[in-house]
Formats: sequence, structure tokens, C-alpha cells
Amino acid sequence: MTKPSQTYEPTIVAFLCNWCSYAGADLAGVSRLQYPANVRVIRVPCSGRVDPLYIIKALQQGADGVLVSGCHPGDCHYISGNLVARRKFAMLKNFLEYLGIEPARVQFSWVSASEGQRFASLVEKVVNDVKKLNAAPKFPRQRKAVAVA
Amino acid sequence: MVDTEKKMKAAAKKLLSEGKVDVVVGFCKGSRKNASRPFFAKSAADAELLVWDGFCTANLAAFLPRLFERPARPKDGWKPPRVALTAKGCDGRSIAGLVRENQVPRANLVIIGMPCEGMLAVQKSGSAKKNETARACVECVSPEAADADVRIEGTSRKPAKASYGRVKAFAAKSAAERWKAFTKEISRCIRCNACREACPNCYCKVCFADQRKPSWVSPANELSETVAFHMGRMFHQAGRCVECDACVNACPMGIDLRLFTQKLAADAVELFGFAPGVSGGDVPMLHTFTQDDTERFITDPEEK
Repeated sequence: MTKPSQTYEPTIVAFLCNWCSYAGADLAGVSRLQYPANVRVIRVPCSGRVDPLYIIKALQQGADGVLVSGCHPGDCHYISGNLVARRKFAMLKNFLEYLGIEPARVQFSWVSASEGQRFASLVEKVVNDVKKLNAAPKFPRQRKAVAVA
Repeated sequence: MVDTEKKMKAAAKKLLSEGKVDVVVGFCKGSRKNASRPFFAKSAADAELLVWDGFCTANLAAFLPRLFERPARPKDGWKPPRVALTAKGCDGRSIAGLVRENQVPRANLVIIGMPCEGMLAVQKSGSAKKNETARACVECVSPEAADADVRIEGTSRKPAKASYGRVKAFAAKSAAERWKAFTKEISRCIRCNACREACPNCYCKVCFADQRKPSWVSPANELSETVAFHMGRMFHQAGRCVECDACVNACPMGIDLRLFTQKLAADAVELFGFAPGVSGGDVPMLHTFTQDDTERFITDPEEK
């Protein structure tokens, strides 16, 4: 049996939009750029498709961090999906931070289909940021004692 | 208050007997001492039972989406009912939000604007103070419903200035302390969903918490699921919460939900200048955008 690694390897769930960021990640791959293998990519049609519940659910299920990336403002395939998303995420990020979830755990960015290098350095930055935080699971697991009559 | 009650009864009777509305939503005496409960007066005789006292805390706007709901198989010539509602400032703010979200046909609603001096805090077991004005009323920025069709004369509370002092104090703590405080507060939750039922903004026919495919939050006896439920429920109030404290009053465990939802209200004003019910516009805050919305939170990988 191999000894488990002593270093902490976080799991990052990345929601990437189909038209820009997913293609950007693809470009990073075909360009053979190196980036940490901690991301688990989920392809979504648009960053506007990302429901705040996706992010909350990912964290609750044990993800150490969440990355959401879409087209740059003005480049959305659906004209304004990312602009609506931007408002939503501005509120969400502030709110999660207020509740005590470190801002590094939930990050938002824009990556276009031609920015393979930007995607690689983005993943590197997010993974490094999360590694600096405590490895302990974020959501408390606890069952309430139920009184039986 | 007695004088206000008389005037309100007269106004309700007039609306009902003239056939201008089908129902007046108000309060009647509750079955316990020191409690008034929501009441639907459908005739002039019913209107005699209406009361107005310091216990009319509930946000009556919560009933409106269901009253106006189109039945699954409407009969020929079905029309939404005509409804009058005795509105405090908070009900009025909620109505503005519901009209904005197309849940209430404004033409079918008669707002009876009540003078509100602030309601008494709901007595929870363990709270010693009596005859204390509810916190939401002390912090209320608009005690009189705007846009009232019938105005009942009387004295109202002086509007308070929005300060968000508690939000600032909570935000000053460290992230670990905040998370601990939040999860500790939520750990008392018994998932009765009273907060959701009392809230005028929670009109979804199937709440995300009740959906099983996909299952956003499990109904299991598990704290992390409860925490996720509350994060989801609170975030659905972004740009919509009018700070009426209906959720706080409904909570049987006395959980301080306001401390957290108030952050969303503070942010909506700070980031987008959007105060639901006070200065909202015609479009819900998260349904729109401007080209120069805040970008400060966006991660730039090139930035060192």
C-alpha cells in the first residue's frame, strides 16, 4: 500500500461556460500547458446558467473551492448572460464571505477561448489560494439527537 | 389605535358593501391572549371582526400570490379576485416587490394604508421583556405604505435611517468566528420551514428545498444540509428582502435570521443602489445589469 501524500491537495469544482472558458481550457490542453490537476471541470452553457445553489451544493458536498468562469463582458454568446451573472456573483461572493467562507474558496473570472495561458495561470492561482487555507471540511457534519418518547 | 381601528372598519365595510372588492385581508382577534391573527373579511358583517392593535405583526402580503393564483383548470370567464389589504409600511414594501415580480395585478389590489406606530415584539419563550417595540419596527425606514389607495389618518412612527450597524459589527469579526457563529445559530433550526411560509417573497410553488430531482438539500437530520438550506433561502432574498422580520417572528426557535439577510439588503443598496420597496424601479435587481457593474471581485490570474 502506498503511503498517502503528506501534502494537501484540494479539490476545486470549476464551472466553465461552453463558448469561452471551456474552449480556453481545451486550448490549454492541446497547447500542452501544465496546470494543477485539482480542478474538476463542469461544462455549463453560459456563466449565467450557474445557479448560486450549484456553488453552495458543491461546498456542502465537500469541494474545497469553486471556480466559475465565463466569457469576458461583452463577448457572451447569449449577449448578456455573463453580465447578469456578474451582478449575481457580486452579491453571492460578498454574502458567502460575510457568512465566513473565505473569499479564496469561491472565485470568479473571465477566460476567452483564445486564452489557454490565462486559464492555466488562473487554475494555478486558485489552487494556490485554497492550499493556503485550512484543509478542514467547511460544512459541519453533525446529527441532532432526537428524543424518542 | 381604537380610533384607527374604527376608521379601518368603516373603510373595509365601505369597500365590501359597495362591491369594490371581494375580500379584505386584515387581522382579527387571535385565540390566545396578546395575539392577532390574519383574517379574510368577505362581507360587511365579517369586517366588524377586524382589529388593529400592537400584535398585527404578520406580513399580510405573504397571502397575495396565492389569492391571485390562477387555478390549474380555470372556469370560463375566470378573473383574478379583487382584494383589499390593510397595509403597514412593511406590507407596502412587499407589495411593491410582488408587483415588480408580476405576482400581484396592481389593478386588482386596493391598498388600505394604515398609520403604523410599530408593532410589539413577538413574545418567545425565554424573552423577559414585555411591551417592547419589535426590532424591525425600530429600524423601519418607511412605516407608511407608499402608493396607498385608501389612507387611514393617524400618527405613524418616525422613519429610521438605514444604518446596518449590526451587519458592520458582525463583518468586523474574523472569517472563522463568523462561520462558527453562523453555523451555531443555524444548528438550532428544526427545518419546520416556518420562515419560508411567512415570507412574502417565498411564493415558489415548489421550493428548491422540497425538490428531489435534483435534490438541492436533503431532508436528512444533518447540520450541513440545514446550513446549505439556509444559505440558499437567504440568497434568494438578494435584492428582494424588505426587512419586515416575518421570518424571524415565525421562527419557533428564535433564530436571528435578520443578522444574515440584512447583509444582502445592505449590499443591494451599496453595490446597485437598489432598496426593494423603497426605490426599486420596475425590474428585479438580479434580472438586469449595467455595463459598469462592479468588477472588483473578479479574479485576475495575471495580478500578483
